[in-house]
Amino acid sequence: MQKMQFKIVSLILVALFYCIQGNAQNMKNGKKIYETRCLACHQADGGGVPNMNAPLDAASNVVGTDIARLVRIIRYGYNERIALDGFYYSNAMTASPDLKDNELADLLTYIRNSWSNKASAITVAQVQAAKKKK
Amino acid sequence: MYKLSNLLLACVLVFSVNAQENAGLRLPAGFSATLFADQIGTARHIAINDKGILYAKLNNANKAGQSIVRMEDANGDGIAEKISGWGKYGGTGIYVRGSQLYASSDDAVYLYQLDANGEVINPTSPKTIIQNLHSRRQHASKSITLDPKGNIYVNIGAYSNACQEKDRSVGSKGMMPCPILDSAGGIWKFDGSKENQSYAEGKRYATGLRNVIGLDWNNTTNSLFVTQHGRDQLNTFYPTMYTDAQNAELPAETMYEMKEGDDAGWPYVYYDPFQKKKILSPEYGGDGKLEGEKNALDPLVAFPAHMAPMALLFYKGNQFPAKYKEGAFIAFHGSWNRAPLPQEGYFVAFVPFKNGKPSGEWEIFANGFAGPDNNKSPRGAKARPCGLAEGPDGSLYVSDDSKGAIFKISFNK
Repeated sequence: MQKMQFKIVSLILVALFYCIQGNAQNMKNGKKIYETRCLACHQADGGGVPNMNAPLDAASNVVGTDIARLVRIIRYGYNERIALDGFYYSNAMTASPDLKDNELADLLTYIRNSWSNKASAITVAQVQAAKKKK
Repeated sequence: MYKLSNLLLACVLVFSVNAQENAGLRLPAGFSATLFADQIGTARHIAINDKGILYAKLNNANKAGQSIVRMEDANGDGIAEKISGWGKYGGTGIYVRGSQLYASSDDAVYLYQLDANGEVINPTSPKTIIQNLHSRRQHASKSITLDPKGNIYVNIGAYSNACQEKDRSVGSKGMMPCPILDSAGGIWKFDGSKENQSYAEGKRYATGLRNVIGLDWNNTTNSLFVTQHGRDQLNTFYPTMYTDAQNAELPAETMYEMKEGDDAGWPYVYYDPFQKKKILSPEYGGDGKLEGEKNALDPLVAFPAHMAPMALLFYKGNQFPAKYKEGAFIAFHGSWNRAPLPQEGYFVAFVPFKNGKPSGEWEIFANGFAGPDNNKSPRGAKARPCGLAEGPDGSLYVSDDSKGAIFKISFNK
């Protein structure tokens, strides 16, 4: 009985670990995509550029629960002045319409768990659900 | 061993104390700096009157709800003890001459009247000199300067990176001709004393400038000089043509003397400081080697890429050594588009001039704004140089638009 309990607790712990930290391989894939597509503007420290490119580190939208919005921004980009956490950012965001669902999931997992960010990992199923939301 | 570590500790202590003594700046021998003011808000450009009262234009209203800040150092200790302000709108440009103070928002220029003490008389009812200029987010700030006749020159930055059909998008072509240039991407000239002017009353003075934030009238040549922010992201949009390392060095940030009707070539060309040529932009069919726009200006000075020249000032005073007389100081905000390579800039540079022409290589004048740990990420930098002003005694003031510091730099002989 005790053994069984231990197994369940370990399983929960492992599941929690994956949920919170994101799978190491997913993080690695996400990092690669970040470095080729995002880093130029959002910077190595995720801090963005004041007044121009929004930060991802410690950004309420990035660690928030509106996954559909994040997926939309990455896929379609935008060309408007945006407000984030009390500051405005003016540069256009480049669209990445060619990213596959698993790539979007890995990228989101990466930006939500890098620098000071600690948020849930994003699964392919969540990306697919987010795409349907529009 | 114990002695050695003590010695090292002593060195570190002496170094940090010295750094504090010059407000954390590294300066040429004989110069010193004070922190004239701190945390006044997002201080963009600054201007100073003939009594040494300093005014800063803030990008956003500060905690006190002010967007133009007046700073006075009555006891002459290099630190402003009287700080007040007015105005609610954000902006960049500020210019003071006698009792007149001009300040810009991102779409207009206002004129305030000052009294004999440099206090504003009409804080809530300035004259509107220019209005309804394009303010389309990108490169929206309006820098201003005046010539001796009272004409005002306003930068209207291009609301685009490279005039692509879709801005900052992979594979999007450059528009031909670039439709932005009829109302932005250049310097416009207006009458500094006439009210309610806009495009119809002004004149496109010079074109082909992506974004100019630093500009100054040169009294030796009696002409306008500007510093341009070169285009971004050659590697992002043309990864097969430009490596990350090439993008970090291309194109040059440039200084031009702009006479009426001049064209600096944006968006069709950019300046390559290694080939020393105007290269056709890839959005317009360029391959990194093809030249273009033969009739466009060549720059007078080419600085490293992406460092973002925010202010230009020709030194008129006698306090600094003779080599600085009539030379140009340039405040570099610091780069972001050199990533993934290390960022550069975050300093004030100097270019010697003789008879109105650059007479030597540019050099770093004041450094260390980014902070003692040399953190050069745009967000992490302790200060980002943005505005320059020369006091009546010949001291040089530098503003920082991230945390709102004002540095005063003097020469001690």
